[in-house]
Amino acid sequence: MKLAIRDLEIGFGDRRVVELAELDVAAGEIVGLVGESGSGKSITALAVLGLAEAAGARVTGSIELDGRELIGAPPSQLREIRGSRIAMIFQHPVSAFNPVFRVGEIFLRALRLHGASRAKAVERARSALAEVLLPYELLNRYPHQLSGGQAQRVAVALAVALRAEVLIADEATSALDVTVQAEIVELLARLRELEGIAILFISHDLAVVGQLCDRVAVMREGRIVETGRTERVLHAPQDPYTRELIAAVPRITAGRTA
Amino acid sequence: MTEVAALPLVARRRALTRALRRNPLLLSGALIAFLLVVVAVFAPLIAPHPADAGTATNPIESLLPPSWHHLFGTDAVGRDLLSRVVFGARISLRIAGLVLASSILIGVPLGLAAGYFGGWIDSVIMRVTDVFLAFPALLLSLALAAVLTPSVGNATIAIAVTWWPWYARLARGQAASVAGRPFIEGARALGVPPVRTLLRHVLPNSITPVIVQASLDVGGIILTAAALSFLGLGAQDPTPEWGLMVSQGQSYFTTQWWLVTFPGAAILVAALAFNLLGDGLREVLDPRRIERR
Repeated sequence: MKLAIRDLEIGFGDRRVVELAELDVAAGEIVGLVGESGSGKSITALAVLGLAEAAGARVTGSIELDGRELIGAPPSQLREIRGSRIAMIFQHPVSAFNPVFRVGEIFLRALRLHGASRAKAVERARSALAEVLLPYELLNRYPHQLSGGQAQRVAVALAVALRAEVLIADEATSALDVTVQAEIVELLARLRELEGIAILFISHDLAVVGQLCDRVAVMREGRIVETGRTERVLHAPQDPYTRELIAAVPRITAGRTA
Repeated sequence: MTEVAALPLVARRRALTRALRRNPLLLSGALIAFLLVVVAVFAPLIAPHPADAGTATNPIESLLPPSWHHLFGTDAVGRDLLSRVVFGARISLRIAGLVLASSILIGVPLGLAAGYFGGWIDSVIMRVTDVFLAFPALLLSLALAAVLTPSVGNATIAIAVTWWPWYARLARGQAASVAGRPFIEGARALGVPPVRTLLRHVLPNSITPVIVQASLDVGGIILTAAALSFLGLGAQDPTPEWGLMVSQGQSYFTTQWWLVTFPGAAILVAALAFNLLGDGLREVLDPRRIERR
């Protein structure tokens, strides 16, 4: 198993916000983590990156990457893993980049931070951009000169360039408009095929999750209430909360008159 | 204020040239400030009697009114006032530069660390800063200058001691707001170590207000330095310091007006120019006034 989470507990003070018994993501697999806002999805993502403690949380349990325990690992090792092995993309892609650096500098700095030579970094940035179907000239732009969709592609390309094995997408399509959303979904699916990357796709958007994910885990108040193959969970939900969640998705009915 | 930093330097530079053309006050402030710097740098070439800025005296030519030979007249010991005012620019700007450099070098790193790391680091740094801010700045400078031997160097130290806490406070506020922005989390998620995050990501995005404040402060520092010298706690004769020259000319004010007028005007012009420059810069760098592309 690429990423294996067991008995993960995350708390702030006396309040326990996540009690996650089991969640696995295999290489080449896309697992959706769905649930309403505040259900503990994002803090779980931060915990996987080893950043939950920095946000003031207490984390216990086990998170293994290729069988290697991440909880309790020294900060310097976690820093090496972050970016290079586990990458993350965010809800607001434009503001997730430092506005003072051009896209090219962002690639160079990130790649060199993780040990690539300058020449190697340039070459990897070039091929990664090609892989996400972005023109090479984009490297000369500043983040604010990119559209939301372009910026999210750049973020994905950065993960590709860094040879990340696990990609955590935290509401990565939620702030994009529907057509761009579809492009990113397609891109992530392609990436899984080409790179065999393991993707933990955190979202509250069941439609997108239904298109993209192999398996789905439904989270409520920090616990996973239901998990299984995407079709099964979305078409024959067992848990009442899942049913509620699915019922809440608005459907477009054709031919309706106002 | 935080959004200022969201603009890359290129856009800021472009906005600056545009604003210089549109805003005559900023333009005149910038021009005069630039002229002052030129005068200060080339003082020995510009001053008609460079020796008069030092220990030279010409008792025969004392207290001459402005004429073609002495454009600003001469002082009680016959020194050419224009030369002294020209060399005075050097002293005032050097004090301002040193005070700002030390304030920024001490205040900004402390403020950034306090704002970014928070917690006990923040508490310790900011409480120390508060101690300094608890006293009125001019009063503390006066007290310090009075304790130290009066000289330009000690006046500079006395002013710097009261000046840096403002920069610590400004940088702290900026850093704290930048620390909450998504790209900082993005940098962490890429495995960027804390100190590098602070230097490469927080600092460049917090520095704009510091630049504005520094340009506004030049005038204030020149005034404070002049005030200390005027009270005899700063520069000593024969140093051609503007405040000292005003104080020396004070007793002649009713009969030899030029003794206080020209150095006083120099103080006024310098303080005004840097204030116009700072005000203009603040407007230029205000995000609400920059067109988004």
